[in-house]
Amino acid sequence: MSAAFIFEQLLNSLQLGVMLFVMAAGLTLVFGVMGLINLAHGSLYMVGAFFCAWVAGETGSFWIGLGAGLVAAAAAGAVIEMLVMRRLYDRDHLDQVLATFSLILIFNEGTRWVFGSQPLYLDIPDALATSVPLPGGGGYPLYRLVIIGFGILTAAGLYLLISRTRLGMQIRAGESDREMIGALGVDINTLYTLVFAIGAMLAGLAGALVGALQSVEVGMGEPVLILAFVVIVIGGIGSIKGALIGAVLVGLVDTLGRAFLHQLFALALPPAEANGYGAALASMSIYLLMAIVLAWRPKGLFPVNA
Amino acid sequence: MLEMRRENLLNAGIALLLLAVPLVAWAIDETYYITVASRVAILALAGVGLNLALGFGGMVSFGHAAFFGLGGYAAGVLSHHAFEGSAFMNWPITIDGSDATLTLWFAALLLSGLVAVIIGAISLRTSGVYFIMITLAFAQMIYYLAISLPTYNGEDGLPLYLRSNLPGLDLSNDLTFFFVCYALLLLAIFLSVRVVGSRFGAALECARQNETRLASIGIAPYPVKLTAFVLSAMMTGLAGALFVELNGFVSPSILSWHLSGEIMIFVILGGVGRFYGPIVGAALFIVLETVIGGYTERWQLFLGVILLGVVLFARGGVIGLLAGKARHD
Repeated sequence: MSAAFIFEQLLNSLQLGVMLFVMAAGLTLVFGVMGLINLAHGSLYMVGAFFCAWVAGETGSFWIGLGAGLVAAAAAGAVIEMLVMRRLYDRDHLDQVLATFSLILIFNEGTRWVFGSQPLYLDIPDALATSVPLPGGGGYPLYRLVIIGFGILTAAGLYLLISRTRLGMQIRAGESDREMIGALGVDINTLYTLVFAIGAMLAGLAGALVGALQSVEVGMGEPVLILAFVVIVIGGIGSIKGALIGAVLVGLVDTLGRAFLHQLFALALPPAEANGYGAALASMSIYLLMAIVLAWRPKGLFPVNA
Repeated sequence: MLEMRRENLLNAGIALLLLAVPLVAWAIDETYYITVASRVAILALAGVGLNLALGFGGMVSFGHAAFFGLGGYAAGVLSHHAFEGSAFMNWPITIDGSDATLTLWFAALLLSGLVAVIIGAISLRTSGVYFIMITLAFAQMIYYLAISLPTYNGEDGLPLYLRSNLPGLDLSNDLTFFFVCYALLLLAIFLSVRVVGSRFGAALECARQNETRLASIGIAPYPVKLTAFVLSAMMTGLAGALFVELNGFVSPSILSWHLSGEIMIFVILGGVGRFYGPIVGAALFIVLETVIGGYTERWQLFLGVILLGVVLFARGGVIGLLAGKARHD
């Protein structure tokens, strides 16, 4: 096992981690401000990926596609906020789960209707389709480094947005007392639509960026959605800082588990069995991480006082 | 009182209707509908299980597919070994495969119950939206375990060639199989009625409404909720075992989170906390699937729209619509 391999796996886990953060940030923002649990967040990820792949295919430019994906996801988010989510803020979590679960069904079938059942393919832009040499030998795809960059930029941007701008101040005020900021003359409906659209755009960003690494297909958002849930449960629901740390933890545990667990098992078992059990344990590892964190801290690592 | 009577009449009607469908289908020789009725009864049983946790205990479990699937795998794996003539395990004790129905049911109840103790013990430390997400995550964990373990064909699943043996009855007869499912469904409903009406049920109801108050009269909420959760999981696990026998096939799809959502839909469509609600919900779901699915492949789109409409505008589900508000609302 070379140093380059370990380094590569660390970069992979960072890449998964930042993408999960971009997903989880939107989810946790919407929960923190509106108290809404949104299962359809994965559908917005899918919308971003599909529009990016479609527009990039038509125009030949990945970057125009990326822009289109962001706009489409934000618009879809704003529309469902105004049509559906608005009616759910006062409901219990059960109603929210069911309503957003029905939205998943609608989005999945709707996407299949519009784009067909065949997966779309999104190519990595030519300028990024090279690899960067790693210390210790081997190379690492430049595109994945760019994804990591996007993730870090998003984290920094969100931090600045929330702590330094007027909108961020309203968001923070909305988290702690929604009646009060309404009474102070902030148009709460517009604020909620805006927050939801920002969350949706983040999901669309993650979908479009990851879409170039895998096929763009119906249902692609759901596994990511569940990983994002694990992330925000570990981090503490409503906490952006928690989402960041949770995402990096989940990225590390998942990637390193897949890369190394079967080798660990191979010390004690024959190779075929070691691979089988290693893969099985690796796929369970993040849920075990979640169970351990919750047994220790039932409200996550960075609980939000609500 | 009038409304209670109306709900009782409605319940009797629902139970009789579900019984009548396969009998009519058998009389006019449309055996396909006997299988459809069995599916309704089995899925309703899963819903009755979830209803105990969700409707009466206020525990919104989004991971009941885990118990459904574990029950299914327990039954499926044992009968697979029985068919192969191999042992399930040899060490530390020998457990052979089995084709005896009661053994399969026992295995399904045992496995889903044991796992529910573990999942419940961790998940019930939390509440609200955490509980929803954690039960979902645990169910995904078991789903991925089933997919990645190569022993039982992973993602491809296992075909089962024979139905199991129940002394005195021939389960390979579709009508007999329906009667067995139907009897278990009514038994589960009866059990739910007795549990909810008991002292334990009163404590559970109180835990749903206000845990602090329950604790202040000297009853710890945690064990009450955990017991209800495990009981709920075992009912759903039994449904899984029946489902696998009905289809003659077990695969990780019965562990998928879509199924957790669907079991929840059965409960909600029928009416949360209504004993016969899951039958209505499951029947409506299957009817929608069969009727709309007959016109278009896109039936899930319409299901989504209908479900969204029910959640937004028709709270209380079908039974709530027909029989008026529940007592405890």
